[in-house]
Formats: sequence, structure tokens, C-alpha cells
Amino acid sequence: MQYAVLIYSDERLWTEASAEDRAAYHAAHTAFDEAVRSRAKMLGGEALVGVAAATTLRPGPGGARLVTDGPFAETAEQLGGFYLVDAPDLDTMVDLCDLLPHQYVLEVRPVADMSSAEDWLDAQP
Amino acid sequence: MTTADVAEVWRDEWGRVLALLVAQYRRLDLAEDALADAFEAATRTWPSRGAPANPAAWLLTAARRRVVDRLRAEAVAVRRHPLLQVEAEVQQRAHAVLADPGGLVPDERLRLLLLCAHPALAPEAAAALSLRLVLGVSTEDIARLFLTTTSTMAARLTRAKRKLVVAGVPLTVPDESHLAERVGVVASVAYLAFTAGYAPGSGPDPVRVDLAAEGIRLTRVALALLPGRRLLSALLALMLLQHSRRDARVDAAGADASLVLLPDQDRSRWHHDEIAEALGLLAEVISTDEDDADAPTRELTLQAVIAAEHATAATASQTRWDRIAVAYAELEELTGSAVVRMNRAVAVAEHQGPVAGLALLDGLDERLPVSHRLPATRAALLTRAGRCDAAAAAYDLAIERCGNDVERRHLRSARQALNGP
Repeated sequence: MQYAVLIYSDERLWTEASAEDRAAYHAAHTAFDEAVRSRAKMLGGEALVGVAAATTLRPGPGGARLVTDGPFAETAEQLGGFYLVDAPDLDTMVDLCDLLPHQYVLEVRPVADMSSAEDWLDAQP
Repeated sequence: MTTADVAEVWRDEWGRVLALLVAQYRRLDLAEDALADAFEAATRTWPSRGAPANPAAWLLTAARRRVVDRLRAEAVAVRRHPLLQVEAEVQQRAHAVLADPGGLVPDERLRLLLLCAHPALAPEAAAALSLRLVLGVSTEDIARLFLTTTSTMAARLTRAKRKLVVAGVPLTVPDESHLAERVGVVASVAYLAFTAGYAPGSGPDPVRVDLAAEGIRLTRVALALLPGRRLLSALLALMLLQHSRRDARVDAAGADASLVLLPDQDRSRWHHDEIAEALGLLAEVISTDEDDADAPTRELTLQAVIAAEHATAATASQTRWDRIAVAYAELEELTGSAVVRMNRAVAVAEHQGPVAGLALLDGLDERLPVSHRLPATRAALLTRAGRCDAAAAAYDLAIERCGNDVERRHLRSARQALNGP
């Protein structure tokens, strides 16, 4: 099954991290990457530039588009990156995620297969 | 065989047969419906035509036939991707067992239990699903236990099953490093089911207390499948001790029912066989080296120790409050819980007097801002300290916050007794 692992964290965790802390973060991501490659399949993943660089498009009045500066929601934790992994099951995926820094909030979401009728109905528009 | 006998087979065999069906067909919904149909057929035919020699094998065969019919009807005998991930080896063994249903193995049942009591489900959903799939409790009874309607509970169960399938939760037993954690989830799910039966509802309901016993049954099943787990033994001991008092807790059923508090309970109405079993379990748990017990096991053990002190006191006045106060102090250190602190205050008040107890209640108000138990406890201690005005104000607050008929009636009469003869 394909899973998206959405990484939420307080951006200050990274911007204010010491050189040692940053090395620890890197080491954790490397360990995750290696474990995924051996026990599952890494399909992709990226880190995102901070929300200061975010631009959000919302539905505006009369069907118009409203383009604004900033992220989708002003919360302490922001989406900071993601992985896309093909793992045998949720338990394996959760176990692998345990290797990522424990300061993160991680949301694991199955990826919908749009060729399946059931998934298609379940999937978000 | 009577209808009651069929019900007994249901209780004994439901979980085992369902576990095998799920392992083979990987379809929770189909397996559950098919087995319910098979039992329905059994209820119709066994009493008149006689029960088969091996009821479990009969049910398995009947349910299996129904699953196959449904799969044919759906014309999707093989799913594009398995909805529930099952190791090939487990599937093969389930096939083998189905071919020879005499040797039903416990392993499939453990997988089913761990599937239902999975951390990816909300605790109440996991508790409801475990009662339904592992024990075969009816949706109607589960709804009553959790104080909701049958249709709401049916929808909740469907959502829970769907989540397991869509999120890819596997039907496996994790390795030892993860199993301890999962046993913890099983324990909290079983305890949630148990305490739901005692949770204050809109009124008294003795049936809900009977349903609390399903939480005990779930723990027994878990302990049979995971022998030697001290967490489960401690939990079973605690539940048995609490449940042993059920008949003495309420006097008179129906609208006049009132809650009988521990000191006033008729101890001859306690279930002493259950107390004896609990003490045996507790002795086993304590005799093993305490230092390597994890925090949840220590917490449950301390709670059971406290319940055991109450259960073994011949009369209320002979209760060893000194020992109970010590156990509560340890429990508070372990959990930091405000509710534990409140209970500790009661024990200390019994041992050292109401003033010492009241001192321990200080500072709890902001930590328990909506609890009616805190003002009720304070009111009782203030009454004993002779401070009637303060006690009356505390009772008023408790009555205002209390949502349970039986408890509120009890608080009102205590408030009235203040005015005295």
C-alpha cells in the first residue's frame, strides 16, 4: 500500500536548532530512508521551504480566486515536508516512522488508487 | 439443544470461528455477516433437529458457504489489493484449519483481537469493535453499554472496520518488542468497555452493569491468548474486585433505585468467589519481581491492591485505611493524577481525620473544574469536620454538576441531613 507521511513541526525546531541538533535530524532522516529502502519502497519525499514563502489560494466571492500571503492555517505546527512510501501495511509504516525525529507530528495517510471504485469514492476531491 | 444452548455456543465459539473466516477471506464485513447468518440458521434448526456433533465446525462450514455465495455475487473473488493484509502463511494455515475444523488454533483469535484493539482506532471504537468481533456481543447491547442508539453504534462499527481496511492495518501478531505496547492497548480497550457499564448515564440501568462483564470476558480471552502478561492479570483482578460489589451497590431496582456507598454495602451480597479469584491473580502479579514491571502494570496493580483492601475488610470500620493511603500516595507519584489525589485525600481522612484529608484537596479545583466528585468529597469531609455552612455550599455545587439521577438523589439527601434533627 502507498502511504503519504506528512511531517508537521514547529519551524523554530529547525531554524533555532544547534549544529548538533541539525546533525541529529539529518541522521534520523537518513536512518528512515535506509530502513524504508530495506523494508519497503521509497517513492519520493521532499522538505518544504518555510511558511514565510507560502502563497495560499482560496475560494473568493462569486467564484473568484483569492490569492494571499502565508500558509493554509496559522498553527504552531506547519507542514514541513513529506514522504511517499510503498509499505506492506500500517504497522510497518508506523514502525518505520518511529525512526524520524520524535519532535514531529506525523500524519500517515493511505494514497487513494483512483482506478479502484472504492478508493475513488473514499478519496477527497 | 435449546435456544439458550445456542446462545452459549455463540459466546464460546463466535470469536474463534470469526477469526478463522477473517484470516481466510480477509473481509471483516462479509465474515461477520456470514457468521451471524450461520448462527441465525443454528437457532432455527438445532433446537428441533438436534445439534451437530461439532457445533463450531458446523458454523464454520455454514458461514463459509455464505461468504463464498456473497463473493460470487459480488463477482470479485480476488480483490485488486487485499483489503486486509494477511501473511500468506497465515492464510494457508487458516485454509488447513478450515479443512479440519476440529483443531481450532488460538493464533487467529489473537490476530483478530490485536486488529480490533489497534491504536489506529479511537479507544471507544476499538472497544466496541472488540466486543462485536472478538466476543460476538450484539450491536444493540454495545449501543446500550456506550449509551447510544443502535443505529449510531452500527455506523460507528462500520466506520471502524472501514478505517482498518482502508488504512491497511495488518492481521498479524507483532514481534515481542512491539507486543508489550499492543497488550497495553488491549488492556485499556477492555477496561474502557468495563467502565462504560458503570459510567453515569441519564438514569440507573442494571443491564449496563451486566454488560460491563463483557469487559471482563474480553480480558479473560486476552489473558488466555497472551498467557503470563502481568498487565492483563492485574487488570482482571481489578475488574473482578470492582464487579464483585455490583449487587450491593444499588438498593431496589427501577425508579426508586439509590446508590449504596461502599461503607453501607451489605458485604454478604458481594460475589466472594470473584474476590477470591482476584486475590489469587493479584498474589501472582505481586510475587513476581516488581522492579521490572512497567508503569501501566504498576498502576493497575496498585489500584487492585486498594480494591483488595476493601474487599477483604470484614466490616467497613475494619478497613486498613493506612495501607490504602500508602497505595494511593504511590499511585499519585506514578500518575500525577488529580483524581488519584482526591481519592488519596479520602483515605487519609479516614485514617488521620477530615482536616488532613481536606488539606490534600487544596489546589485541585483548577485541575478538576467540572467534576461533581470533588465538591461532593469536600462536602463530606467538611461535614465530618463540623463545618456545616461550607459543607452545604459544597453540596450545592456538587448537585449542580452531577448528571446522574442516582448519585444526585444521594447528594440531595446528604445535603438535607446537614440541617439535622
